[in-house]
Amino acid sequence: MIHIENLSKSFVLHNQGGAVIPVMAGAHLTVAAGECVGLVGRSGAGKSTLMRMIHGNYLAASGSIRVAGVELAGAAPREILALRRATLGHVSQFLRVVPRVPTLEVVAEPLLRLGVPTDRARDRAAALLARLNVPRRLWTLSPTTFSGGEQQRVNIARGFVHDYPVMLLDEPTASLDAANREVVLALIGEAKARGAAILGIFHDEAARARVCDRLVDAAAFVPEQAA
Amino acid sequence: MQAAEMDICAKMKAEVPLLSASGVTRRYGARIGCADVGFDLWPGEVLGIVGESGSGKSTLLSCLAGQQRPDAGRILYDGADVLAMPEAARRRLARSDWAYVHQNPRDGLRMGISAGGNVGERLMGVGARRYGTIRDSAIDWLGRVEIAAERIDDRPSGFSGGMQQRLQIARNLVTGPRLVFMDEPTGGLDVSVQARLLDLLRGLVRDLGLSAVIVTHDLAVVRLLADRLMVMKSGRVVETGLTDQVLDDPQHAYTQLLVSSVLQV
Repeated sequence: MIHIENLSKSFVLHNQGGAVIPVMAGAHLTVAAGECVGLVGRSGAGKSTLMRMIHGNYLAASGSIRVAGVELAGAAPREILALRRATLGHVSQFLRVVPRVPTLEVVAEPLLRLGVPTDRARDRAAALLARLNVPRRLWTLSPTTFSGGEQQRVNIARGFVHDYPVMLLDEPTASLDAANREVVLALIGEAKARGAAILGIFHDEAARARVCDRLVDAAAFVPEQAA
Repeated sequence: MQAAEMDICAKMKAEVPLLSASGVTRRYGARIGCADVGFDLWPGEVLGIVGESGSGKSTLLSCLAGQQRPDAGRILYDGADVLAMPEAARRRLARSDWAYVHQNPRDGLRMGISAGGNVGERLMGVGARRYGTIRDSAIDWLGRVEIAAERIDDRPSGFSGGMQQRLQIARNLVTGPRLVFMDEPTGGLDVSVQARLLDLLRGLVRDLGLSAVIVTHDLAVVRLLADRLMVMKSGRVVETGLTDQVLDDPQHAYTQLLVSSVLQV
């Protein structure tokens, strides 16, 4: 479901003398349906950069990124938007939401955008929030004031509310207690079982061992001149 | 590929842009307002136009909305050439299919008539005549923009800035437009009011399937509202792309400067 071939990336800093910073070269990666691949490598190896390129936040300098058959390098914004809406889910480490919007709405929103009726979207959002032990009294409040762990669980609920065929998970268990970590690992297991292709960054080695079928070291993609 | 995905692909292929601009240029004497601007806006999409004061973004918006005539270029709305239309046809579009939300609600409202009158007037402009129907629609729309029904007979001059802005949105959307132009819709409002307005706008865009062109200098606003971004400098488009891509991985020197100049909170 994810096919990456010969992918490279560099940043050009126009306001700092036009400095060119190569961060990735010759990256290859595939993730099949029903498989969870863990992206490993030291800090700065480019794990997050690769995830952002697959999500379409970062432009590729050269090479190919195909997600569910759609070529992302050179894709029109609306193709990427359509892919993100229905196919490509993303759990990032940061929660970016309109302030004031209640948690339940934040979690239900991806379903509403897909045209799922409001009642059904809210029911599904509520079920996930309950499963992730987000107290019911918080559901009507905006998550912007929540603790880090609560925000992360809201992010996870939002990322799992629709059965995306492809999922990117950036540190989904990072600031969670043992019980909630178990819930997240179970959610990942269920997503794999229904055939989702998952690429994740897990610093938590035990979690990685539990859900990942394979590991890929991003350090192999660091260009020589930057290594 | 799953059936749902094939469905989406087929739908995307069948669609045509709702608004399609090419080569739009407007000069003020020797000075350039905007030059050679082109883009396609698809149904349900929100396009953000950012740039500093004087970058030509407001000039472009008023050209697109038919408020001033560009010196060159072509603007197609739903396949029809807007600039070649008779004036009456263009006015009809502006009254029914299009909406224009001004930065200052005083420019988009009639301050001397009631809130309900402001909403009803636009409905009457497209032929509504029955008082009861008009009043019911007005109450419905005041509710949607979170203005209490008992304020329906009050004049907007007594409203707060945020309420005036919400009333302007109700007045604009009551005719069920497909395309909304917004010029700094959250400018001049307190941040708490801004958030409320952003929430409202996002919900309306999603639920009504509106397309929108939003001009703003506030990158946080476009991050939350716009699907796509167009960055303007000195009247020209210097960069376009998916909103988070332009903000997270800006390619042009000016966009990099703009993004790196935002104060972190």
